Amino acid sequence: MATKGKVSGVIANMVTLKVDGPVAQNEICYIETGGDRLMSEVIKVAGEDVYVQVFESTRGLKIGAPADFSGHMLEVTLGPGMLSKNFDGLQNDLDKMKGVFLKRGEYTYPLDNDRLWRFEPIVKAGDKVCASAWLGKVEENFQPLKIMAPFTLEGEYTVKSIVPDGEYRIIDTIAVLENAKGDKIDVNMIQKWPVKVAMTNYVEKLRPFKLLETGVRLIDTLNPIVEGGTGFIPGPFGTGKTVLQHSISKQAEADIVIIAACGERANEVVEIFTEFPNLDDPHTGRKLIERTIIVANTSNMPVAAREASVYTAMTIAEYYRSMGLRVLLMADSTSRWAQALREMSNRMEELPGPDAFPMDISSIIANFYSRSGYVILYNGEQGSITFIGTVSPAGGNLKDPVVENTKKVARCFYSLEQERADRKRYPAINPIDSYSKYLDYPEFEKYISERINDQWIPKVNELKTLLLRGKEIAEQINILGDDGVPVDYHITFWKSELIDFILLQQDAFDQIDAVTPMERQESIVNRVIDICRLDFKFDNFLDVIDYFKRVINLCKQMNYQVFESDKYFEYEKQLKELIAERTNA
Amino acid sequence: MTTKAFQKIYTKINQITKATCTLKAQDVGYDELALIDGRLAQVVKIAGDEITLQVFQGTNGIPTNAEVVFLGKAPTLKVGEELAGRFFNAYGDPIDGGPPVEGREVEIGGPSVNPVRRKQPSELIATGISGIDLNNTLVSGQKIPFFADPDQPFNQVMATVAMRAKTDKIILGGMGMTYDDYLYFKNVFSNAGAMDRIICFMNTTEDPAVERLLVPDMALTAAEYFAVEKNEKVLVLLSDMTSYADALAIVSNRMDQIPSKDSMPGSLYSDLAKIYEKAVQFPEGGSITIIAVTTLSGDDITHAVPDNTGYITEGQLFLRRDSDIGKVIVDPFRSLSRLKQLVNGKKTRADHPQVMNAAVRLYADASNAKTKVENGFDLTDYDERTLSFARDYSDKLLAIDVNLDTTEMLDVTWNLFAKYFNPDEVNIKASIVEQYWPKEV
Repeated sequence: MATKGKVSGVIANMVTLKVDGPVAQNEICYIETGGDRLMSEVIKVAGEDVYVQVFESTRGLKIGAPADFSGHMLEVTLGPGMLSKNFDGLQNDLDKMKGVFLKRGEYTYPLDNDRLWRFEPIVKAGDKVCASAWLGKVEENFQPLKIMAPFTLEGEYTVKSIVPDGEYRIIDTIAVLENAKGDKIDVNMIQKWPVKVAMTNYVEKLRPFKLLETGVRLIDTLNPIVEGGTGFIPGPFGTGKTVLQHSISKQAEADIVIIAACGERANEVVEIFTEFPNLDDPHTGRKLIERTIIVANTSNMPVAAREASVYTAMTIAEYYRSMGLRVLLMADSTSRWAQALREMSNRMEELPGPDAFPMDISSIIANFYSRSGYVILYNGEQGSITFIGTVSPAGGNLKDPVVENTKKVARCFYSLEQERADRKRYPAINPIDSYSKYLDYPEFEKYISERINDQWIPKVNELKTLLLRGKEIAEQINILGDDGVPVDYHITFWKSELIDFILLQQDAFDQIDAVTPMERQESIVNRVIDICRLDFKFDNFLDVIDYFKRVINLCKQMNYQVFESDKYFEYEKQLKELIAERTNA
Repeated sequence: MTTKAFQKIYTKINQITKATCTLKAQDVGYDELALIDGRLAQVVKIAGDEITLQVFQGTNGIPTNAEVVFLGKAPTLKVGEELAGRFFNAYGDPIDGGPPVEGREVEIGGPSVNPVRRKQPSELIATGISGIDLNNTLVSGQKIPFFADPDQPFNQVMATVAMRAKTDKIILGGMGMTYDDYLYFKNVFSNAGAMDRIICFMNTTEDPAVERLLVPDMALTAAEYFAVEKNEKVLVLLSDMTSYADALAIVSNRMDQIPSKDSMPGSLYSDLAKIYEKAVQFPEGGSITIIAVTTLSGDDITHAVPDNTGYITEGQLFLRRDSDIGKVIVDPFRSLSRLKQLVNGKKTRADHPQVMNAAVRLYADASNAKTKVENGFDLTDYDERTLSFARDYSDKLLAIDVNLDTTEMLDVTWNLFAKYFNPDEVNIKASIVEQYWPKEV
């Protein structure tokens, strides 16, 4: 019989229960109050007292209110029908909820049991299968989804029967599996999985190496992220974290994009589901919303569900990865998630760690990031989860515990900087402090040499060196004055400004400049490097400034034109003439 | 509901702190209201039969044998058309001498709007102040605070914005507002003949601090009534949210919670977000726009209150005294409206985004030139021109006494570009320069 409990204490969304039977850590229970059933999760057991965090408002909750334990942890329901959906942090389908306001205790089913799907079997009767084996195919929004054997299977099973090609509901039995002992299992298209347990249904995890194109030059060229890689974007407010995340999620070359809006503004989520249905996926030409899933737990929604939302999103990502798809998961912002942990730890009167965050914050963050990755599945196919999280450090201070702990696990660091944002140099990623560790991976070097050429990484490093040199000179000019340094210094400084204006800065709101395909990035890199390698002749620094401003203006106009259009070549011609004025070339 | 038959009266308080009382009681709900010797209090903690109450007016003079009556409900406000034109205290009781409002009683601090029932904000709110309209355009359904030192004229600017903005209702929530400022707002509203559009919930510095915790929820509950049920455009002014946060800190401190940054409660982000996220645009036309004030101490925006606020709100506005022109301006560097791209160049003229960015870039060049002057370096001709540009730009556009429509603002900016620069120095797309560059100056 299921365990029951009674409420014995309430502080905000932390409730203590007295229980009459066994309970498990992280088990889900429902507390009844005033006709509402409030979903809650066990977070601590102390003798007879069970502490639960309630995923809803506890207004009006009284001592003695009854609670029913469910016998399972918080889990998601997985199957066809999730693409382009808007879920809350507990995977309720937000569109199915009635009324303008979220009603306490209203939970909606994430899938649609009545809809028919065209199912095509992959295995046949007599085949041997294991957990997560692909049994058949279903197409959703032109994505080839796989229907898999239950993730929880143990050992080898034989397919006793499988339905033929045809239309089925997700609740229909599509296959019967049997193991050596003769236990039979009916399989339908639905899977369930506890969100806080990582899915490990793959053979091995590899070091990732394939470039994940985002169309953002500061990322792709200077600090590339790869399929199955991890990255994070810290930055004070107002530096463009969200605009950057949206650009990446619109443009990245992924099969499925999952956006976890974790404790952020509701209007940002509204922007996604207003714009994505109208935007074309640059890679397939289909609508962006068709490959997107939104998990929205905005800042005004209950705090405990905010913590759950990132896990919900990650579990959904793992589901698609098991099908051999490339998934991009974006979480905005992981700081809000950490704050939710802090609020709860505070109410439980745990001894606080740095900045009152719980002591185990570093291991929680590390475990979460390590659920992403590039994997080989049981059948040799590959799948990946690329994870990019934003961090909102308190006061913009990068010594914040969430930033420091994330830095230990994420391989790409895109540091957004107030100073660049103030000067309207967007994306405001600091080109000198930011890094991608993938540039050092021999696997990546090999891949990029084949895809572009073997001069690519040396060129990128050359650009980085010039940028650093430019920054040093700028500091010297600030101290010594324009006249206090040789003219050559001005030339080098303006070469670094050229890189900044033409390669790094990008207008996320301009139709053409917003996305730069790799081919065009290569052309920009070559043009900029060619100019930087030239020897210019100047007598005084004023001419340098004036001249380079004109060079920058022409290059910038090129960036705004359709690649290799007439206008583009026209500006290129003017640029060549201008360059010839001051060089021997 | 206050007069339940056979209502149980408790007369034994076990523990009293400056803001809370603890007693043993049965059948009490979380968040429920109680009266302690006639003072309003709210349940903030239940541990078995021990109930902790937060007393809004403070506990001065409460005896251990005070009469405690539980009211069986969370704080409520009676909503109806009659709210318009009225002034209330933090409890929603009239302070203007008028009769109590009759209407439907609703709990304040109600549930959040389902994000999928929102509409993307897209309507410009014109204020005539070009430091706002040109560089940091406001959009209905937005939430944005002024980050200001206490000596800056944020209340005046807010009142100007409220009077010029085309809205159906203006709701003022005062938290720790000086009595003088309260009278100032009252005067502005009545001089503008706008009294019938105003609703005010006021906690002045003369009232107990903890009371002000109710003000934003009161104001926003009234706002939701007009926005949801009457499809009206509502502008909510909240001044000052730092006083609100201070009251939160007092309560959490009395409840022995572990403080996080700057002695603020660990839940500050969620507490503030619950208020600001009430800003919304509904598909049916109703909207709630929130303009708030967060006072800074010593211009420090890394303090927990402005810092958390900045992560929640859709931008922030900074005021600054510009010594070159002797006026207060809207600081173009630190101010930001995150929703401006939803209207700039769409609801305003197409050249708006580029003109705005170019002007701010040139203004930044001027500030570099100023640094050079301060360090005793020579200025180039370009530096001199940016400095002249910056002075004019500040005076004609950024100053808070400007009142222009957006098209005029853009024309003024183009004229300043032409007066001081060549077309290739402004870094604007060639096609736009061709169309708008003034032909003769």
